[in-house]
Amino acid sequence: MATTAETFQAHGDAHDHAHDHDHKPAFFARWFMSTNHKDIGTLYLIFAIFAGIIGGAVSGLMRLELEQPGIQYLTLWATWFDGKPAEMNTALHLWNVLITAHGLIMVFFMVMPAIIGGFGNWFVPIMIGAPDMAFPRMNNISFWLTVAGFCSLMFSAFVPGDTTGLGAGIGWTAYAPLSTYGSSGPAVDFAIFSLHLAGAGSIMGAINFITTILNMRAPGMTLHKMPLFVWSVLVTAFLLLLALPVLAAAITMLITDRNFGTTFFDASGGGDPVLYQHLFWFFGHPEVYIMILPGFGIISQIISTFSKKPVFGYLGMAYAMVAIGVVGFIVWAHHMYTTGLSVNTKMYFTAATMVIAVPTGIKIFSWIATMWGGSLSFKAPMVWAIGFIFLFTVGGVTGVVLSNGGIDDNLQDTYYVVAHFHYVLSLGAVTSLFAGFYYWFPKMSGKMYSELLAHIHFWVFFVGVNLIFFPMHFLGAQGMPRRYPDYPAAYEHWNHVATDGYKIMAVSVLIFFINIAYAFIAGKKAEDNYWGEGATTLEWTLSSPPPFHQFETLPVIEDAHHH
Amino acid sequence: MAGTKNHDYHILPPDIVPLLSTIGALTFTSGMVLMMHKLPGGHVVPWLGLALLLACMFQWFTKIVHEAHAGDHTPVVQLHQRYGMILFIASEVMFFVGWFWAFFDFSLFPSKIAAEVVGGQWPPKAIEAVINAWDLPLLNTLILLCSGTTLTWSHHALIHGDRDSAKKGLWLTIILGVLFTSIQAYEYIHAPFPFGKNTYGSAFYMATGFHGFHVIVGTIFLLVCLKRMYNGDFTPRQHFGFEAAAWYWHFVDVVWLFLFVCIYVWGNWGAVIE
Repeated sequence: MATTAETFQAHGDAHDHAHDHDHKPAFFARWFMSTNHKDIGTLYLIFAIFAGIIGGAVSGLMRLELEQPGIQYLTLWATWFDGKPAEMNTALHLWNVLITAHGLIMVFFMVMPAIIGGFGNWFVPIMIGAPDMAFPRMNNISFWLTVAGFCSLMFSAFVPGDTTGLGAGIGWTAYAPLSTYGSSGPAVDFAIFSLHLAGAGSIMGAINFITTILNMRAPGMTLHKMPLFVWSVLVTAFLLLLALPVLAAAITMLITDRNFGTTFFDASGGGDPVLYQHLFWFFGHPEVYIMILPGFGIISQIISTFSKKPVFGYLGMAYAMVAIGVVGFIVWAHHMYTTGLSVNTKMYFTAATMVIAVPTGIKIFSWIATMWGGSLSFKAPMVWAIGFIFLFTVGGVTGVVLSNGGIDDNLQDTYYVVAHFHYVLSLGAVTSLFAGFYYWFPKMSGKMYSELLAHIHFWVFFVGVNLIFFPMHFLGAQGMPRRYPDYPAAYEHWNHVATDGYKIMAVSVLIFFINIAYAFIAGKKAEDNYWGEGATTLEWTLSSPPPFHQFETLPVIEDAHHH
Repeated sequence: MAGTKNHDYHILPPDIVPLLSTIGALTFTSGMVLMMHKLPGGHVVPWLGLALLLACMFQWFTKIVHEAHAGDHTPVVQLHQRYGMILFIASEVMFFVGWFWAFFDFSLFPSKIAAEVVGGQWPPKAIEAVINAWDLPLLNTLILLCSGTTLTWSHHALIHGDRDSAKKGLWLTIILGVLFTSIQAYEYIHAPFPFGKNTYGSAFYMATGFHGFHVIVGTIFLLVCLKRMYNGDFTPRQHFGFEAAAWYWHFVDVVWLFLFVCIYVWGNWGAVIE
C-alpha cells in the first residue's frame, strides 16, 4: 500500500488525470454492469426516489380514503384494479394491500436503498480514503437484488392474494396466520420472496461495508478518527448482517407453512403464531435502527460542518451508536406487549427499551452541544438537520411513552403508534435523507441547487408532515385503531387535518423535484468544497463530481481533526 | 485501472454477471410461486431460473480464480476475502439461530392447545417413535468430525508442500461428506414420522434439512477445491479458496453438533425410539 502519499495529493491527481484516465464505460456497461461504488450509489438513489414516489402515492390513496368516515373510494379503486365490480370484502382487501405495499416499499425499497445503498455507497469509501468498496462486483448484485425484490413485490399486486382480491394484504410485518392460511393466494408468496431477494442483497451489502470499513481505511485513519457517518454505516451493517438472516428463516417458515405442510405457526399442529412475531421482531427492531442510524451519521456530519466545529463528544457519539445497535437486539418484544407475555417479561422489555433513550439522548444533546458556541450558518442541509433533531425527538419521546408495557396495552395498534413510528421514520429518517441529499447533491452531481427552493421545500414539508402525523397522537389516544379504512364520525376532524397535511407534503415533494430539475438545467457548477472550512471530511478534497476512480494514490490522514 | 493505480486494492471492470444472476434469482423465486400454486409454467420456470443462477455462480467463481491467477489478489484483497467469508458465516449462524429458536419454542413450551397432536409434551403425542440418536446420527456425528480431521490433514499437507497428501485428505473429506449426506437421506426415508404435520416434523426436517443443504453446498465447494488442486492451483502461501471451503465445512460441522445434541439427544430424551 502506498504509505508515502500526502493528504491532498489525490485532490491534485483528480484534476491532472481528469482528461487522460477518467474515461467512463459506455452507457449500458456503466449503469447495468457497474462495479463503481459511486455509480452504484447513484443507481440506489434513483431507484429509491422511484420507489419512494410509488410508496408515497400509495399513502396518498390511503389519506384520501381516510379524509372522511365511510368508504369513499376503495370500492371504486378495487373495481378498477380487479377489472370487475368489487364487493365490500374486495375493497377492504385492497386496503390491506395498500398498507402492505406502503410499509414494505418505504422500508425496504426507499429508506434502506437510499440511506445505506445510496449515501453509504457514495461516501463511505470516499470518507475513509478508499478508491472503491472491498467487493465491487458483489456491490452490483446487492443493488440488482434490491430491484428484483421490488419486481417480485410488484408482481404480487397482479395475482390473487386471497379469495377476495388481488395483491398481498398481510401488512409489512406479515403476521401469521394472516400470512399463512389467512391469505392462500400466490401474491403472498411473491411478497415473501421479495423480502428474500432484497434481504440477500442487503446481507451482501452489509458484508461489503464491514469489510470496506475495517480494511480499507487510508493510512492514519484509525477507527477513532473515522467520520461519524462511517461509524453509523458500520454499526448498521452489523445489524443487517445479524438480523436479516433471522427474518430469512422466519419467512422461509411462512413459505413452508403455506405450501409444504409444516406447522410452525399453525396452532392446530402445535405451532405458535407468536413465534413468528418473536422471529420477525428480532429482525424488525434492529431494522428500525438500520433505518435511522445512518441518518444519525448524516446529521452529525451536517451539524459539525455548519457549526464549523468538530462534533461534540465524538467518541461518545460513536459508541452511543454502538450501544444503540447492541441494545437494539434485546428489546424486540416491546412490539408484542399484547400477545400475552408474562408480566416479568414485559417488565424486562420495558426497562431494556427505556435504556435505549440514554444513548439516543447522548446523540441529541451532543448535536445541540456541537451547535452551542459554534459559528452557525443556516444553509439548507443545516435547516433540515435541525428539523430532524426536533422531529426525531418528538418521535423519541412518544417512543418512551410506548415502551411502557402497561401504557402500550392501551395504545397498541392505535394511531398513537402510527404517529410515533412516522415521527422517527418519515419525519426522522426521511428528513435526514433530504438533509443528506442537500448536503451532498452538488458533490455527487457537480451542480448547485437553488438554496431558496431548498428552504421552501423544508418549511412546506415541515408543516405538511406535522399536520399529517401530529393529529394522529390525538386519534390514537382517543382509541382509533390503525389499519382500518373507516372510522366513527368522532375521528373525522383530525383525519381531515391529516389528509390536508398530506396535500401540503405532496406540494413540498413537487418543490423538491423542481429543485433537482433546476440544478441540472440551470444550477451553477459546484466547487470542490462548497461548504467551506466547516467541511473537513475527505469528500471535500475531491472535485465535484469526484473522478470516476478517486484516491488512486491513497491519502494519508495526519491530524486528529477529521471528525 | 487507468494505469495510475497506486494502491493494492482490486478495482474491477464492469461485469454483466451480477445482473444476470439477479435475473436468475428472480426467475427462480417467481417460478417457485408458479410451481407451489400449480400455475402454468410451474414445471419449467423455476428450473430455468435455477440453471441461470447456477451458470452465473459458475461464471462468477471462475472469474475469481482467474483474477487470483492474474495476481489481483494482493495481501490486502486476500484479507478482504477472509473478512467476507467470516461475515458470511456469521450471517449463516444467525440463519440457523432462527431454526433453533423455533425448535426450542416447540420443545420447551409444547402446545397444550393442540391436545391430540402435541398434548403438552415433547416429542409430541402424534410422534409414536423417534430416531435413535445413538444409532445413525451418532455415526454421522463421527463421520463429520472425522471429515474435519481429514480436511485439516489436507490443509497442513498443502502448507508443507505435500500436494499428494493434500489431495488424499481432500478426497477423504469429500467421500465422508457424501457418506454423511447418503446416511441422512437414508434416515429421512426410514424416519418413523412424516415431514410437517406437526411441530416435531416441521422443526426436525427444516433444521436438519437446511443443514443437509449446507453439507451439499460445502461438498461442492470442496470438490471445486479438489479440481483446482489437480489443476495445480493453491500454493503453500496462498490458497484462500481452500481455506474458505474449510471454514465453511467446519461451520457446517459445528451446526451439526448443535443439531445432534439439541434435537437428536436432548429433544428425543425418554421418547420411544424406532
